[in-house]
Amino acid sequence: MAKLNMPKSAPSIDMTPMVDLAFLLVTFFMLAANFKSDDPVQVSTPSSISDKEVPQKHMIMVTVDPDGRIFFGATGEETKKQIIATMIEKRGLKLNKKQVEEFVKISSFGCDIAQLPAYLDHTSIERQQLKWTIPADSTNNQLREWINVAHQAALNTGKKEYEDESSKTKDKLEVNDYKPIFVLKVDGKAQYAKAKRVIETFRDLNINNLHFVTSLEENPYKKQE
Amino acid sequence: MAEIIESGGGGHKKGGKKRPKKGSTRVDMTPMVDLAFLLLTFFVMTSTFSKPKVMSLVYPAKPEPNEKPAEPINNAITFLLTEDKIFYYEGEFRATPGDGKPATKLSETTFGAQGVRKLLADKNNFVLKEKAKLEAKLLNKEIADSTYTRMLIDAKKNRASLKVLVKTDVKASCKNFIDLIDELKINDIGVIAPVDMMASEEKLLNAEIEK
Repeated sequence: MAKLNMPKSAPSIDMTPMVDLAFLLVTFFMLAANFKSDDPVQVSTPSSISDKEVPQKHMIMVTVDPDGRIFFGATGEETKKQIIATMIEKRGLKLNKKQVEEFVKISSFGCDIAQLPAYLDHTSIERQQLKWTIPADSTNNQLREWINVAHQAALNTGKKEYEDESSKTKDKLEVNDYKPIFVLKVDGKAQYAKAKRVIETFRDLNINNLHFVTSLEENPYKKQE
Repeated sequence: MAEIIESGGGGHKKGGKKRPKKGSTRVDMTPMVDLAFLLLTFFVMTSTFSKPKVMSLVYPAKPEPNEKPAEPINNAITFLLTEDKIFYYEGEFRATPGDGKPATKLSETTFGAQGVRKLLADKNNFVLKEKAKLEAKLLNKEIADSTYTRMLIDAKKNRASLKVLVKTDVKASCKNFIDLIDELKINDIGVIAPVDMMASEEKLLNAEIEK
């Protein structure tokens, strides 16, 4: 009878294919990832058939959470620097350098102007616990002020960028691509009346073309084809 | 496998050339695998795939204080939105009967394929038919892309196309509103005007809800 020859060394598994696969997946996710933003509130947006993507540049965004609290945000470091500089000047805010840097870093905020220094001192996790909002009543419409200042700032930076980029290329660039876009991110559960306050604030400033953030759903008509 | 099995070294004479002991060239991959999976988990957790989209909506400009009120538009339908319910009426609003026409009565419909979508598809037949014709032409390469877009906009602006007014009361949620706007976009309504609700309409709406 043949003797079974057992290997003397410890049994080992070749891990190479597994490592290959793991790194392949890591690479894929690294490239495909766009990170969740550190918004102070999580908002679940309604769905629509629109397939227009959220613009990354020159965007001014107002968020309304399910309780009707209002948050304000803008994109672009340069724009945010200008916004806060203007607001410090206008309102006589006292912010230290660190707080200004924090303001430029965060994607959106929601608090009274008087509370802003305290708000910026909190960490992003603490901010989620706060119950503050930007006032948008007719008597104290700070949202209007923020939008107005941000609009100016975004127009300035957009113009500068347009001039910079058109001096570099010979192609004719579309001016409208550099104009600010106003985005409204409302939670599906929020009362429309609350969102309406924000919409009316925009309209008071003669900003009538608004964009609602939605998640994609299939067009029922296209499906039939 | 990346491993060289050590030979027993038999057959060599004693006192021959001394060779360094051949160690196994196998690399322990466990830490690397650990790291790879850690990274993998991190990226899977943090990444969001479906990028959010935006739906554009143009609000009518605020009227100037001394501007004349707009002319009544023909072929209009008005939606009154309240909490998870949707009512509509056609044409002008009449609180009381007049000019030989009865007072406005509200009809109820539902969100979804059988309710408001079907209603809009019927009413906006003109634009949808035009669109189908234009699409067929586009497929046959009779017209260019830009012509198609322009002609579609023209069709939407046509007198025969449906105009929609959206009025929301305080109880309506944003989801209701966006769902309705979405239905309007699905049915290619060109003119969408979200406007304030009149007191008389609200009264009628509340009476209808209580029924």
